[in-house]
Amino acid sequence: MTSAPPDLGSDPASGRRRLLRFDRVERATHWCTALLFAILMLTALPLYFVQVESLVGRRELVAQIHTWAGVALPVPLLLSLAGPWGAGLRRDIRRVNLWRADEVRWLRTLGRQGIARPDKFNPGQKLNTLFTAGAIVVMVATGSILKWYRFFPLDWRTGATFVHDVLALGIFLVVAGHVLFALTHPGALRSMFRGWVTEAWARRHAAGWLAESEAGWLAEDEAGWLAENATPATDDPVPDALP
Amino acid sequence: MPRSPSSPPDGQKHVGRRVFLGIVGVGALGIVFGARVQNVVGSALGSGLGGLLPGGDRFRIYTITDSFPSISDSHYRLKVTGLVDRPTTFTLDDLHAMPPTRMVKDFQCVTGWRVPDVHWEGVRLADVLDATGIQPGAKALEFDSYDGLDTESLTLDQARRSDVIVAYRMLGAPITTEHGGPVRLYVAPMYGYKSIKWLSAIRVVEDAVPGYWEQNGYSIDAWVGGSNGRSDQPID
Repeated sequence: MTSAPPDLGSDPASGRRRLLRFDRVERATHWCTALLFAILMLTALPLYFVQVESLVGRRELVAQIHTWAGVALPVPLLLSLAGPWGAGLRRDIRRVNLWRADEVRWLRTLGRQGIARPDKFNPGQKLNTLFTAGAIVVMVATGSILKWYRFFPLDWRTGATFVHDVLALGIFLVVAGHVLFALTHPGALRSMFRGWVTEAWARRHAAGWLAESEAGWLAEDEAGWLAENATPATDDPVPDALP
Repeated sequence: MPRSPSSPPDGQKHVGRRVFLGIVGVGALGIVFGARVQNVVGSALGSGLGGLLPGGDRFRIYTITDSFPSISDSHYRLKVTGLVDRPTTFTLDDLHAMPPTRMVKDFQCVTGWRVPDVHWEGVRLADVLDATGIQPGAKALEFDSYDGLDTESLTLDQARRSDVIVAYRMLGAPITTEHGGPVRLYVAPMYGYKSIKWLSAIRVVEDAVPGYWEQNGYSIDAWVGGSNGRSDQPID
């Protein structure tokens, strides 16, 4: 199932079309989650490194902030998914889930075999999204075991500490990569602030999505033309006989 | 043509779902088996790299005050008072002059992290109590920390165990400030919060006031494996 993004009209600067990449709900979800990640990563440093802790102090307060930011971490995403306002987000999640054959090949060859007409999100972006989603679940679960340890056997607490620490290292690496890619791709970054990308950006980075969108526009134009030029209903009972 | 949600469009696969569930599954396995993995990784990395990388053998340093109390060796004093025959103030040299006890034992935090095979050295708490003498009616001990906030308690029987020491060396060196130096308690059979850091005073009493962590809900008798209503396996 594909649905064309709304045509946002012309970009006055270039006279080209703009495409909606992220709607308001998606952008709000992203930035709320990003803020929580930032709080969690900043408070993690003094909790983990004693050298940082001796500079910061106030361990109890830092730990409280870390704990409750962690509890809040999945909330923006869940709220966005909870209602009809999350339709755009759900559509994009479906895209992240479904991989075309050439994307699977890209993954199997570890990126050596490129992709001719990338989807709205390339496989790397899809992996980043999936890693982040998985990391949220695992970090909230292991963090909860550390916080409410008395309900879990000692071995689980040790294991949860281990997983929480190792995955934290992974999150720092992936987030660093994510931010680096964002800063070096201003067109993509702008779409997370303002929602849209230019048609030129889409042609270069998401040709498959652009083609899909154009097909959608064509279909809309066609539907519009048909609606305008629809012949009034006749008494003819055999629709198949229409020319 | 209507499609059921589980059958993807032609040539497409639910890769995302598999990756996501894979991450969550590995995380769940890590919770259950991570303790064993950590032992392997920890001994492979040793205490050098392992001290920095997650999964290695590393202490997590908890403070309940804003900073570490810094006490020089020459200014260090341990005051033993209460129901004793001879209230005594020990210097670090006094402790060094007493017969040392060495042991290699795990440090186990109640929240789960564990540092295996830590070298400890100090004086048996029992020896300290013998030096001051204990008066009849004494049943428990209260401990104070130089941080001014942390307190702990032990029963007299617990305090007399041979694996409870007033420690001045750990990890093969004098105890550093962040580990509670120059002198801390080490209660080997109990969770780490019992091993109060920056030990400043011991009061011998009839009834001990529960310590800082106990007032925050931790068990007073903090036997590793036998605490907090669980039947965890003892580690040693």
